[in-house]
Amino acid sequence: MINTLSRMIRTGILTETFPAPASASPAMDRLQKDMRNILGRALCIRHVDAGSCNGCELEIHALNNPYYNIEGIGMKFVASPRHADLLLVTGPVTANMEEALKRTLDAMPDPKLVVAVGDCGACGGVFGKSYASRGAVANVIPVQRTVAGCPPSPVAILEAIRSAVIEA
Amino acid sequence: MMHEPERSIGNLLSNLPCKSKVVGALDWHREAGNVRAAGGQLLTLWGADDRDRDGSFRIFAAYLLDDGIEVLEHAMGNGITPTYPSLAELFPCALHMERAVYDLLGIASMEPDHRGWLRHGGWPRSEFPLRRDFDASRQFAIDSQPYPFVQVEGDGVHEIAVGPVHAGTIEPGHFRFSVVGEKVLRLEERLGYTHKGVSKRFEQMQQAEGHRLAARLSGDSAVAFSWAYCAALEAITHTGCPPRAANLRALALEHERLANHLGDLGALGNDAGFAFGLTQFSRMKEDLLRLNVAAFGARYLLDFVQPGGVATELPEDTPRLLLDHYLVLEERVSGLRVIYDNHAGLQDRFREAGTLSRESAVKLGAVGLAGRASGVPLDLRVHHPWPPYDRMKPKLVMQSTGDVAARVYQRFDEVFESLRLCRMILENSVAGPIQADCPLAEPDRLGLGLIESWRGPVIIALESGPGGTIRRCHAHDSSWQNWPLIEYAILSNIVPDFPLINKSFNLSYSGHDG
Repeated sequence: MINTLSRMIRTGILTETFPAPASASPAMDRLQKDMRNILGRALCIRHVDAGSCNGCELEIHALNNPYYNIEGIGMKFVASPRHADLLLVTGPVTANMEEALKRTLDAMPDPKLVVAVGDCGACGGVFGKSYASRGAVANVIPVQRTVAGCPPSPVAILEAIRSAVIEA
Repeated sequence: MMHEPERSIGNLLSNLPCKSKVVGALDWHREAGNVRAAGGQLLTLWGADDRDRDGSFRIFAAYLLDDGIEVLEHAMGNGITPTYPSLAELFPCALHMERAVYDLLGIASMEPDHRGWLRHGGWPRSEFPLRRDFDASRQFAIDSQPYPFVQVEGDGVHEIAVGPVHAGTIEPGHFRFSVVGEKVLRLEERLGYTHKGVSKRFEQMQQAEGHRLAARLSGDSAVAFSWAYCAALEAITHTGCPPRAANLRALALEHERLANHLGDLGALGNDAGFAFGLTQFSRMKEDLLRLNVAAFGARYLLDFVQPGGVATELPEDTPRLLLDHYLVLEERVSGLRVIYDNHAGLQDRFREAGTLSRESAVKLGAVGLAGRASGVPLDLRVHHPWPPYDRMKPKLVMQSTGDVAARVYQRFDEVFESLRLCRMILENSVAGPIQADCPLAEPDRLGLGLIESWRGPVIIALESGPGGTIRRCHAHDSSWQNWPLIEYAILSNIVPDFPLINKSFNLSYSGHDG
């Protein structure tokens, strides 16, 4: 126990107020304020992998690490679409996942937002359209925002979530 | 009467010692028995439509033996349903592979289980996407039929259906549990949800760009898959990867191993209710990814390995930066290991959960990390080292108990061994070019690339077409062998332990589904 506590103290708080901006992107604290103003307290996100290579999942996981600490700014990944405000979709939509993706969206309460993550979600990526793949997420369900990148960085994903929420 | 193939696989080329044989149906089965008796493993199984060449379909099996790889090839006539003897009674992991071969090519094994594995109704039963006369751009309306899971009957037995969409940020797949109370009597997996038609997509690409698709078979094993692709292409074009590039590839591969192990160690702590572990390890993983940006120019190295070499040289000051960071990382991981060791709650969840005995692991053909955690001594880097591992002499890391704890400690030990290898690469650095010219391959050459990813062996079998095209490319992740292991490891465990047990294997859905 003493080991665990001492490591916690030595580690300190790592959460960054501002993950290095790629462009002149708004600061993390502004993002935080925007979120509070628009949503009150929280944004619940449901993620669905509609056929990705699992690269984008790794960067979505990173959002939960102490540097990005998204729960600290009021965003949370939830287990059920019924609890979700926003659907985060990765991958080109495979034929085998088309039905599951549509059903997940249907299970979400209105109003709802959809953000397609990664080159595949945005345009089909290297897999494109084929007998097994429908390509971009927008070919299957309505999408408010896309994030390019293979995989996109955690900051880019956060930015896209933010703009989807602001535009809504 | 068997056709004499135009392409002799006597010329099969690989980055590992490799031999090959063309066999008839009887020998197809007999040879498999010999391999089993000699303690060999089935590495992968794939088929090809060669009707345009000599009117035949072909099935290939790659085995791992003590002295290297053996590939068997068997040709079938173009009947209504071309058929070959099943390998599943000798190598149980062959069953899923045979079902996948049928879904894509319409050639069937004699095994009676013909339920669709990759085909869930996304294309008609009468269409086979990997046949040469199939137009890849065609799209079909979904026609999903119920999938007959094996039923377990008895007093108080009920089913729990999970997926394809799971309650977290994970890939899609379906698990059907038959339980009594909390105890699992049977688990049946159904995969194929992320099938993206990768094999067909390869055939529309040029040899010089295929590594980009290979890297995206399973994003967490991007370096391993792109290296395997390049190894296959370099073998059939007789391209020598410069020593400096081979070193940088190995450095990238070990960084990939480290990042995944760190992520898993945190997630395993978290799944056992120890969020502190997730916080600490995800922080270490993020630090490593940021170092990757400094060293390789990207957090995830999807486009680092390319035919003939690598994309970038390390910037001048990074070796020092990396070496310093390895020290910090080693200290932090050692500290966390002590904490994991002494945490009664964690040990209670880890020990004797999801046990896969050595005997079962051998019988089922377990490979890679999960195999080694059950005492199966197999690591391509150790037993069949290719450059630069032949000089580095990696140590074999193994556990014996085969439970979640063993897979946790396997990762701890592999982190330390990986760090040792990374140091060795940077401290004995050779200068030189990082890129050699990789010409177009002569048509009809077959090359095999094998790389030990963090999860286990990944394999690319690449056959060249004319003018720099790809005639056929088969990609195989070790998850094909290891998914069935979970169906055994979960038996007699309780349902709430499934997430922990599943995570301790952490298999790829995308790498499996293709």
